[in-house]
Amino acid sequence: MNFELLFQLLLNGLIVGTLYGVVAMCFVLIYKSTQIVNFAQGEFLLIGAWVCYAFLVEMSLPFWLGFLFTLLFMMAFGIILQMVVLRPMIGEPIISVIMVTIGLSIFFQAATKWIFGATTATYPQVFETRSVNLLGMQIETAYIMSFVISLFIMAGFYWFFKYSKLGLAMRATAFDQQVAQSLGISVKTVFAMSWAISALVSGIAGIVIGMVNGVSSALSVIGIKVFPAVILGGLDSIVGAIVGGVIIGLLENTAEFVDGQYLNWGNLFSIAPFYVLIIILCIKPYGLFGTKDIERI
Amino acid sequence: MAGFSMRPCGDFRTTYRQDTRIYDTTFIRNAAILGIIAVALIPFVLDGYYVNLFIQISYFAIAALGLNILVGFTGQISLGHAAFFGFGAFASAWINNTTGIPVLLSIPLAGLMTAAVGMLFGLPAARIKGLYLAIATLAAQFILEDFFARAEWFTGGSYGAAANPINVFGYEILDDFSFFYVSLFFLVVMYLLGTNLMRTRDGRAFVAVRDHYLSAEIMGINLTKYRLMSFAISSFYAGVGGAMYGHYLGFVSAEGFTILLSIQFLGMIIIGGLGSVKGTLMGTVFMVLLPEVMESGVSALSVFEWASSTAVTDGLAYIKEMAIGLAIILFLIFEPDGLAHRWQQIRAYWKLYPFSY
Repeated sequence: MNFELLFQLLLNGLIVGTLYGVVAMCFVLIYKSTQIVNFAQGEFLLIGAWVCYAFLVEMSLPFWLGFLFTLLFMMAFGIILQMVVLRPMIGEPIISVIMVTIGLSIFFQAATKWIFGATTATYPQVFETRSVNLLGMQIETAYIMSFVISLFIMAGFYWFFKYSKLGLAMRATAFDQQVAQSLGISVKTVFAMSWAISALVSGIAGIVIGMVNGVSSALSVIGIKVFPAVILGGLDSIVGAIVGGVIIGLLENTAEFVDGQYLNWGNLFSIAPFYVLIIILCIKPYGLFGTKDIERI
Repeated sequence: MAGFSMRPCGDFRTTYRQDTRIYDTTFIRNAAILGIIAVALIPFVLDGYYVNLFIQISYFAIAALGLNILVGFTGQISLGHAAFFGFGAFASAWINNTTGIPVLLSIPLAGLMTAAVGMLFGLPAARIKGLYLAIATLAAQFILEDFFARAEWFTGGSYGAAANPINVFGYEILDDFSFFYVSLFFLVVMYLLGTNLMRTRDGRAFVAVRDHYLSAEIMGINLTKYRLMSFAISSFYAGVGGAMYGHYLGFVSAEGFTILLSIQFLGMIIIGGLGSVKGTLMGTVFMVLLPEVMESGVSALSVFEWASSTAVTDGLAYIKEMAIGLAIILFLIFEPDGLAHRWQQIRAYWKLYPFSY
């Protein structure tokens, strides 16, 4: 057993897992408040990363300004998307809702490839040092930064839903739309805001991953990886999304370790989450923290 | 009522036999037969490009009908149809290459093999439904794609598998002209089977499961059995369509059966109309012709400066993909019942013309 490699991979898993957790959280946010399953979550990351790239490289803005503009863009993008495409879908059967977001996903994937090209692009260097030494291991600065940003986002979410007025309104809407509406909460605003927040945070995650791995259409794969995470955690649980994301991240890297050391299959790490997904669906479909649907006749 | 060639303006059916007839009037039946004969004349009239398009439409339409039986009639969502389509292509090539069973027979056998695989991945459907099932089939798509790349004994791994041409009683079908008739034969047979399936007890049970599965269960319909059966039939259709695809191209490679193809299949049945056999065919025609129309549209526009620029010509593949996504979104927003519904409306309009209300 190569313990050093295992430890390194597990650490990677933790860092990647928190990022999965963040994206899964955005996914759950939309599902919880608007009952829409967003298959285009990965494309949000992609768009965020490319827009930031366009601001930084093509317009050569300083990083903080480009970052800020990207956040504004993503927010507007989420609101417009909700108003134009998703609002007519309220009350439609689940297959229509799924297909609309899938349609959005292939549309935006093709659109970004068309506009920005299919090759990987890298951001300009943001940090002075490429890697730091931590507990005897070399860790890239970008990784640490992504971990810190993920924790910040999670803390932000916690504060937002616990204390802010809009967050409380969103929780109320998720609990019962009609009651929330009768108490004077604008459900329309809540829907629009949940898409805006989800797009914004996914955009940040896209930029962070783009800094580590470069920007390419491969970013949208994260949107697919989110599914094992949210199913594991329970579809409507934000805590579950984080836990599920971290577990899937760790699992992927453990699979890579097992594969690299013993099996030599080559791509076990990319397929292992889906085997886990099927197993969970067979034995515990509502995940670790999800609420169980009770149907009454 | 059998001799009537006009449709009464209301529901005056008195027997179940009348209610489950495929063709409402003899006129429609004759029109359908004439339509098939007219299609059979295509290779004599039009050139190879259109024959090729028709062959594409026929194998995609068969697979799409399978998906419509699962999604449109039984109400189970599958995002992994392309993987089953691919499995059928590999299975038929494998059966034919290893056992020497003639291709014409190996195609339905491949369908049966795919049906078995489909039932395996349909097993979660016994417990879960809706969104959860969609995600489970999404996982099936990735697992099967991984299997195609890995199982060299079955698929030839990354090299792909060679598929022999169809052989009818010693006559090898090598060109599009004769393959056209094979595909027309399969298309008609599979669509007749599909239409008739919906008239049987099983077909009505599917619709009952879709409309209200709790009521269906109370009425004595075994949910697990019918859900699995629907998965099996759907995969059978996908397998047959895929096998035709493989033997038409003569070569099956693991790359062609991605999630994008699954989405295209779903697009076909949504654009055509969920729960409509006729609509499936319309949707497939739409989906196959859409990229071709885009391509000829772009080349027709190339007289303008902006359309002949490299940004447009190089991005043609992406423009086609965007068009697929956009078509799905627009149909869902503006015509959720699909082309089949639109066709009904057009017919209703002309039936009462000029006194329509």
